[in-house]
Amino acid sequence: MTTDTKTTTPLLQLVGVSKHFGELRAVDDVSLNITAGSVTCLVGPSGSGKSTLLRTINMMEEINDGAVFFEGHMIGHEVRNGHRVPVAKSVARKQTLNFGMVFQHFNLFPHYTALENVTIAPMLVKGLKKRAAQEIGRRVLEQVGLGNRMDHYPNELSGGQQQRVAIARALAMEPKVLLFDEPTSALDPELVSEVLGVMRGLADLGATMIIVTHEMRFAEDVADEVIMMDAGRIIEQGPPRDILHNPSTARARKFFASVGTLSAQKG
Amino acid sequence: MSSLLTRRKSGLPADLRTQKDLAALKIRPRFGIAQWVSIGVAIYLGLTLIQFFVFNENWKWDVVFSYLFSQVIMNGLLNTIYLTLLTTFFGLILGVITAWARMSSLVVLRTFAVLYIWLMRAMPPLVMLLVVFFFGALVPTLGIGIPFGPSFAEVPTNDVISRFSAAIIGLSIYLGAYSAEIFRGGILALPSGQFEACKSLGLPPFKAYQKILGPQLIRVIIPSLANDVITIFKSTSLVSVIGYTELLTTVQTIYARNFETIPLLMVAVIWYLVLTSIAMFGQARLEKRFGRGFARRNQGSPKAALENAAKEDL
Ligand SMILES: Nc1ncnc2c1ncn2[C@@H]1O[C@H](COP(=O)(O)OP(=O)(O)OP(=O)(O)O)[C@@H](O)[C@H]1O
Ligand SMILES: [Mg+2]
Repeated sequence: MTTDTKTTTPLLQLVGVSKHFGELRAVDDVSLNITAGSVTCLVGPSGSGKSTLLRTINMMEEINDGAVFFEGHMIGHEVRNGHRVPVAKSVARKQTLNFGMVFQHFNLFPHYTALENVTIAPMLVKGLKKRAAQEIGRRVLEQVGLGNRMDHYPNELSGGQQQRVAIARALAMEPKVLLFDEPTSALDPELVSEVLGVMRGLADLGATMIIVTHEMRFAEDVADEVIMMDAGRIIEQGPPRDILHNPSTARARKFFASVGTLSAQKG
Repeated sequence: MSSLLTRRKSGLPADLRTQKDLAALKIRPRFGIAQWVSIGVAIYLGLTLIQFFVFNENWKWDVVFSYLFSQVIMNGLLNTIYLTLLTTFFGLILGVITAWARMSSLVVLRTFAVLYIWLMRAMPPLVMLLVVFFFGALVPTLGIGIPFGPSFAEVPTNDVISRFSAAIIGLSIYLGAYSAEIFRGGILALPSGQFEACKSLGLPPFKAYQKILGPQLIRVIIPSLANDVITIFKSTSLVSVIGYTELLTTVQTIYARNFETIPLLMVAVIWYLVLTSIAMFGQARLEKRFGRGFARRNQGSPKAALENAAKEDL
């Protein structure tokens, strides 16, 4: 691939992606381009398929239709005899490494300290020596403002600190895209800003991020693009100002009116 | 009398009525009637037990102590320990493999695992031991080959199955089935987020189980596993049916000769108590080892944390 096509090809492309749970179309024919260095916020009512869409990107959910392309190459499937088959698990794991994921409930490893949580994957997956992994671990923990909490276990940290460790854990694998699934929804209101602050810092550094969030103020400030989903489909897509204040569909107007008043009351 | 009664009820002598006086009083644990009664009962029971065990000639403690460290008993005890260790080792490995098969995506493996667990649950261990020991009568030669067709390599079954190996095989496949369900229960109890975190970090399943899921599930299943392993101590006495001499069999052959039944059984009980204590001590150590991160440590002890981290080479 020449450098020329690389600059014009989006980092990540979804083409007609669908994910069904039985009869339910949790993600329904979604197409999407993500350019390198962009911040995309996924919003929408509960059950609209935001988490499922996010999880199809890093192959946590198998897709039923469509395809995902990373740097122009199809991931998750390969062509064989005129069909597509899922790639071997070892290949899938390699492809997963392009993505780092941050979960709503942190999912830290409770029996490891913050530093161990951050260093274990570089050691086990990338085969780094302990010392090299710890160097990276210290750096990313400093980056999320937890340089003084490295030797604490998750249950000795506040929710906001735990989520920042989780972000550091994802960063330590040096992924090309960061995926966040409602990273602040499980946090007390006063802890939300410290996590959003870290994410803002990552955006300023040029990280490519896809964020499922209900924090509309944050989306407006940080996102390059806001995507609204409803019933598994994208119903609005564009710059945050247009989408949040001037949505074209009645469904979106209703949704943003409800969350708009909510965040107005909070702030 | 009546003034004393009222004073007791309010608990306030006349000179201690001001709030300042009250606040200055020391706080002691409440020592109520239940405490006294329970202590009384404990003393009574203690004395009764001393009378029962020490001042009752019929226990014949001299006989007990003359046998406790004797050569035959020691041999039996070593056989028990040996059998328990090997059975635990092979049984738990078998259990892990079975649990893995039971949760496999391959339907054949799952079915095998379920059938195996079903059979072992139905089968009394005594029967199991006898079937293994007399396997030679059922199948005179063991070999690898094609069913109903030729076989490529053969050995006489009785060369493979001794009393010892029959005991190990019989008890291991038993423990294997039981521990498989314990392992599976532990895996089911893990939060799904842990699996997702491992997957999102690209951890291969084996490493994920070894370093992340395994330690967490061991923490949960230690009490049940310890139960099963301690049960094995005593189940080893079943191997007397196939003539393997461990602790209890040894004791039985001795009292069959000299009729000192109770003292010799006491010898066995004392050693079982010792073995159980060791196992429970090991259990406590394991629980502590795998409990890290789950108990809140002292707030100001980053030093202890560092020491822990240094000890635990990931
Ligand atoms: N594993 C699953 N099995 C069956 N149905 C599922 C599964 N996961 C999600 N769904 C369904 O798919 C739909 C989309 O779910 P999803 O979690 O993606 O919604 P969401 O937009 O993230 O909602 P929320 O804001 O509440 O997190 C929902 O109707 C949900 O019930
Ligand atoms: Mg969701």
